[in-house]
Amino acid sequence: MSKDLSYSAVMARKNEIMIKSVGIDYSEFQQGPLAFDYEGMMKKAGYPLEQVAAIQAETGVGNTPLLELKNITELVRKISPSGYGARILIKDEASNPSGSFKARRAALSIYQAQRLGYKGVICASSGNYGAAVASQAAMRNLNCIVVQEVFDSRGLGQPEIIEKGRACEAYGAEVVQLTVGPEIFYVALMLLEQTGYFNASLYTPFGISGIETLGAEIALQSRVLAGRDPDVVVVTHAGGGNVTGTARGLRKAGSARTEVVGASVDLSGLHMASDRDFNRKSFTTGHTGFGVPFATWPDRVDVPRNAARPLRYLDRYVTVTQGEVFYVTEALAQLEGMERGPAGNTSLAAAMAVAQELPLEQVVVVQETEYTGAGKHPMPQLTFARENGVVVRRGDPSENKPGAEIVIPERLAQIKARDFPLENLRRSYIRNALQACGRTTLDEREVLFLIEETSAPRAFVEQALRDGGAVLGV
Amino acid sequence: MPEAFEAGTVYTRREGRKPEHMKAKTGDWVQIASTVLRPGERAPQVPPDTQAVPLEMKLKGFAMTKASLGEEIMVRTVTGRIAKGTLVGINPGYPHGFGRPAPELLAIGTELRRILRGEEDDAR
Repeated sequence: MSKDLSYSAVMARKNEIMIKSVGIDYSEFQQGPLAFDYEGMMKKAGYPLEQVAAIQAETGVGNTPLLELKNITELVRKISPSGYGARILIKDEASNPSGSFKARRAALSIYQAQRLGYKGVICASSGNYGAAVASQAAMRNLNCIVVQEVFDSRGLGQPEIIEKGRACEAYGAEVVQLTVGPEIFYVALMLLEQTGYFNASLYTPFGISGIETLGAEIALQSRVLAGRDPDVVVVTHAGGGNVTGTARGLRKAGSARTEVVGASVDLSGLHMASDRDFNRKSFTTGHTGFGVPFATWPDRVDVPRNAARPLRYLDRYVTVTQGEVFYVTEALAQLEGMERGPAGNTSLAAAMAVAQELPLEQVVVVQETEYTGAGKHPMPQLTFARENGVVVRRGDPSENKPGAEIVIPERLAQIKARDFPLENLRRSYIRNALQACGRTTLDEREVLFLIEETSAPRAFVEQALRDGGAVLGV
Repeated sequence: MPEAFEAGTVYTRREGRKPEHMKAKTGDWVQIASTVLRPGERAPQVPPDTQAVPLEMKLKGFAMTKASLGEEIMVRTVTGRIAKGTLVGINPGYPHGFGRPAPELLAIGTELRRILRGEEDDAR
């Protein structure tokens, strides 16, 4: 009997496909229509930190160097007020086998797939995660299919994504390339049904616990290199996994007081599912087009409950512009001798601004780098932007217009970390949670859940709930 | 053949369409294209410009028969799946590269080194 493959029919089978392809029955963690046992899910379905490290060591993942950016620190001090300009360290995640921190997430997913006896894995990713899954699958002798969103309706593909597809093929994966649209998950679901492979989703507890080693390594290495715990860790924020896993790892390593700052490239005004907007952006991840919606509703993903819940962990959220990130990518290459991919340098741009606010003795850690190469590099990305009608010029980055103008700073001091109010994200999250559960009457356990989810004071959560029309304390 | 995929196929773009390049033999590494969702069948949440165009798919595999560009063909992918689609590329390459140097970036290294060496009076 052939199954109905229409969009609505396949999406309606999502939960059934997920149970078979992830091996987790999420219903056991659900606590009513709104709340769920997050820590219970992470404990039961994920792995403890020591075991994660051991699994990653099997395939050469992790233990990447933490390096001091001496020239960039010196440069930032030249433009900081007297006595200010924290030391800037960078975690060189490009040293992972597939060239990015995503190898940590993939290592756990692929280990799990192998342990459960799956013959292959599937992931929907147009970025570094696809390459990481392909690389880890190669090491564990599993088949791999990577589904990518690549082209607009003219058939034009982002150079960075074309490169990622090439990398996946180099690791022996089958690459399925799609035109623009969120139906990438629909195609992935059909392939999961057809093949019976494991779903290497970015958002399972394995995918997130894989990043905890990154946070823990930063804490331990900072103590050795700088003689203190990091005061601030700047994390490029997109789908929320990087923030969540890193912050959990920092806490597990005892760096509970470290401030976790999320940083995204500002792509406000561009619609992520728009055929027209698709090739008018230069960054395919690490931007507000993911950062904001994933913070305000994490469960929009391909699994019933997302293990990445950034509002639980973000102490501050800032945005930078595409032009600023290209500028600091150039600085990293020319002053530190490290040529790395632009998207990974989003957190570097923010860190260079944040460091100016902190005293000399403090330490700011840039939490990742990623590999660079054809396609994912300032030159091809700016060439492509120009070909798609985007103006590239030097000027004041505050004149940045996502999709229309990329403004490369004229001066170092023009680089800013612009605060995105967390309160706005928290209020949106609460509104979305109310809408998703379809109720207006909440009990005490549900209020407590929302307090944990938003890491906001009770009074704030209760006010946001009342503003959303909810009745409390029933 | 959907024009969309033709444009993204390196082979046809870079080398033109010489007659000997338009035919795939059994076993050749090829690229196929197909339409997954037609306009009107797309996810309800996509914006109007995306609703108006089909969701199209390209993948690569080894040709199971001979075929000419634009014809239907079956391929076996590297994971062993069999897929059907329109032949759009034969031994397709990769269109990405390093582009051209961006004039806006060329001066940054020199400017920053001047600040570092104290040759810039007003870095702020």
